[in-house]
Amino acid sequence: MDFGLSDEQEMLQETVKGFLDQEFSPARSRELFNSASSHDGALWNGLCEMGVAGLVIPEAFGGGGLSALELSLVSEVLGAAAAPVPFVEHSLAARALARAGSADQQARWLPALAEGTALGTVAFGEEGGAWGPRSWSVRVEDQRIWGEVLYVSCAEVADLMVVGVEGGGLVAVERESPGLKIQGLEGLDRTRSLSRVEFEGVPCAVLSTTPQLAEETLAVGHVALAADGFGAATRLLDATVEYAKTREQFGQSIAQFQAVKHQIARLGLEIEPTRALWWHAAYAVDHLPDHAERLPALAKSHVGDRASALARMAVELHGGLGFTWECDVQIWLKRILFDRGYLGSPESLREDCARLGGW
Amino acid sequence: MDLEYGPAYRAYRETVREFLKGWPLEGAESALSQIEQESLFRRRGIEAGFVYRNMPREYGGAGQEPDALKDQIVLEEFHRANAPGDLRSQGAGLLAPTLLEFGTEAQKQRFIPAALSGEEAWCQGYSEPGSGSDLASLKCQGRAEGDSFVLTGQKIWTSNANAADWMFGLFRTEPEKPKHAGISYLLVDMRSEGIDVRPLKTLTGGIEFNEVFFDEVRVPMENLVGARGQGWGVSRATLIHERNLIGSSSMLRDMFSDLVELAQRTRRGECPAIEDAGVRRKLAEIEGYVCTQEASNMMQFTAELKGDVSRTMRPMMMNKLYSTDTTQRIMECAYDLLGGEGLLGPTEADIRDWMRNTTSTGWVEAYLFSLGPAIAGGASNIQLNIIGERGYGLPRDLRLPAG
Ligand SMILES: Cc1cc2nc3c(=O)[nH]c(=O)nc-3n(C[C@H](O)[C@H](O)[C@H](O)COP(=O)(O)OP(=O)(O)OC[C@H]3O[C@@H](n4cnc5c(N)ncnc54)[C@H](O)[C@@H]3O)c2cc1C
Repeated sequence: MDFGLSDEQEMLQETVKGFLDQEFSPARSRELFNSASSHDGALWNGLCEMGVAGLVIPEAFGGGGLSALELSLVSEVLGAAAAPVPFVEHSLAARALARAGSADQQARWLPALAEGTALGTVAFGEEGGAWGPRSWSVRVEDQRIWGEVLYVSCAEVADLMVVGVEGGGLVAVERESPGLKIQGLEGLDRTRSLSRVEFEGVPCAVLSTTPQLAEETLAVGHVALAADGFGAATRLLDATVEYAKTREQFGQSIAQFQAVKHQIARLGLEIEPTRALWWHAAYAVDHLPDHAERLPALAKSHVGDRASALARMAVELHGGLGFTWECDVQIWLKRILFDRGYLGSPESLREDCARLGGW
Repeated sequence: MDLEYGPAYRAYRETVREFLKGWPLEGAESALSQIEQESLFRRRGIEAGFVYRNMPREYGGAGQEPDALKDQIVLEEFHRANAPGDLRSQGAGLLAPTLLEFGTEAQKQRFIPAALSGEEAWCQGYSEPGSGSDLASLKCQGRAEGDSFVLTGQKIWTSNANAADWMFGLFRTEPEKPKHAGISYLLVDMRSEGIDVRPLKTLTGGIEFNEVFFDEVRVPMENLVGARGQGWGVSRATLIHERNLIGSSSMLRDMFSDLVELAQRTRRGECPAIEDAGVRRKLAEIEGYVCTQEASNMMQFTAELKGDVSRTMRPMMMNKLYSTDTTQRIMECAYDLLGGEGLLGPTEADIRDWMRNTTSTGWVEAYLFSLGPAIAGGASNIQLNIIGERGYGLPRDLRLPAG
């Protein structure tokens, strides 16, 4: 029994964190938040050089061959920095291909995805907040697809898109295929871009026809997003602690008011222990088949709600400053809201938890 | 207890309804701009005795006998007809009643009518970078020099300062006096030389408040409201009006109706979300808060009518926090209903027309915006201090000087 990280895992987090501290200053983050593009190509390339893009791709194809836990550990660090890179989306596409692609597809795509010379993303969201394989409606016929998908992250720069289709299967679509229409959407979180994608008979490669692969892929996404939201929330909590210690009113730091101290302690109480929850969920994905889908859904819904409540309180504790665009609190608030909603809202995931629990 | 208004008031309600048949405007008048139509109708409302009922005629009001039940009827009927009644701006809602209580005759005549018509827009200059919750520590200086005060310093979070003609604000005019006793309430022409207004963007992406810098700005002594050094007391009166504006229950009812409408049009798989048992219970739970605030307002209002507020003192202190908390519950529920659409950001139009939330991204904007009122006009912790200390007689924090 050892519910802790290995030296390698600790090191992985340290290395990515060290890189981000160096290459991605808060000033750069603010600059990006104010610009139209929400993808930082240079930052992504830097991360790719460290092997981040191929983390979950088998070693045979030049990847790291690592598990959902390592994926989530990196995700936590990226969330804490609010890094504008499509790490989770890319990893999910790569993982699906590694699981179910034909030998040809794998040979063609995986080395490039692992290197980062090709970018992957997933298209799983439909009208009415339906992210689950059971409600997908994109039609497949003769290796072509028809339909519309919403909230696709980084669609405009992705080389490969893994799309959820009717019946719960997954297909892969290449960039600039005929019949593919991408329309940008104005997202709330400027660190992740969003698009609506239309398929008008777009040629595709079928990866799976039953929901199993999709469910597994989504589960990995759920843990990774829980970790991202956790990272953002703990960073926001740290920032709030710092602010409370330095902001003075009535001749003392506001942290000296017991009310504020207790508010902060409670935020910690709500978020800090959930680190163990998403670790457990990430472990379950690869080691506990009975919980592999349910624990990630539970982790994402739980962390999503706790983190967004934390973010709202962080705004309040910053007073008028917290309500401004200039204050970095809003960057994490919006990152957290994205993590909470993307790939399934807490409400719908809790429905899944109930179903998967046999309730 | 009797919730019927009685025959006299029923007749009054009929006259209000009759008058409201004139809204929306028709014919040539409907071609006027929205603002012109509203101010035209508001003028008619004043003449007919329905708008600004209690404000004397000589200051641009309707000069009617005070009658809280009639106020209530007018409020309900105008609201139902969505017609322009009393402005709820800083000028009409905050400054005008304050001047009525504390202003000189000349100030009342000069400022109240234009504030009521909206001809002159006002902003409230209280908060400073170092003085928010601890407002009485404010430093912005008002040095007496001849027949003027000369202002130097900075205000911040000033809503509407970029569009305002005038500011009512607090300035330290007697630096040698203790904290609360050295402050004066001044009316400042925003076009005075030496004023620099810099808009600040809020987290919704809109412009709500500003920084205002004063560099040797001259304000004539006649623009002092109340006595020198008595500004703190005057500002407390304004603050009560502000908290009442934020704490109004009709706004909650509107938001709640919009929420139910959202649940009706949002789909959960095959069905409308409103058919989902969890959603139904959540809505009914929230309505518990909304109805409580409405009933509590009725109770407070009757107590004032009868001149016995002993039982309603605490609910009155709770209005602001109760309403901002309830608003946040409504917004959190709405945000849950939005599902994937909550990933989208507010559009320019949502930021501009923030009054009613009919689009999904409008709800996202409202969800973010609801954080603001919980901070403005006294943050939630400060409201809790007031409830604890003044409401329940609990001692102040050891370290704090009595305020
Ligand atoms: C949308 C908006 C509009 C505004 N419009 C105006 C305006 O038009 N004019 C104007 O003058 N001001 C305006 N304000 C400013 C507002 O009044 C202040 O932001 C508010 O009083 C809080 O002050 P602060 O921002 O300095 O926060 P701080 O006072 O620094 O408070 C920070 C945190 O500390 C907590 N805290 C402080 N003291 C205590 C205590 N004793 N015990 C426990 N907790 C404490 C607070 O609850 C808060 O969470 C506006 C603010 C907002 C958000």
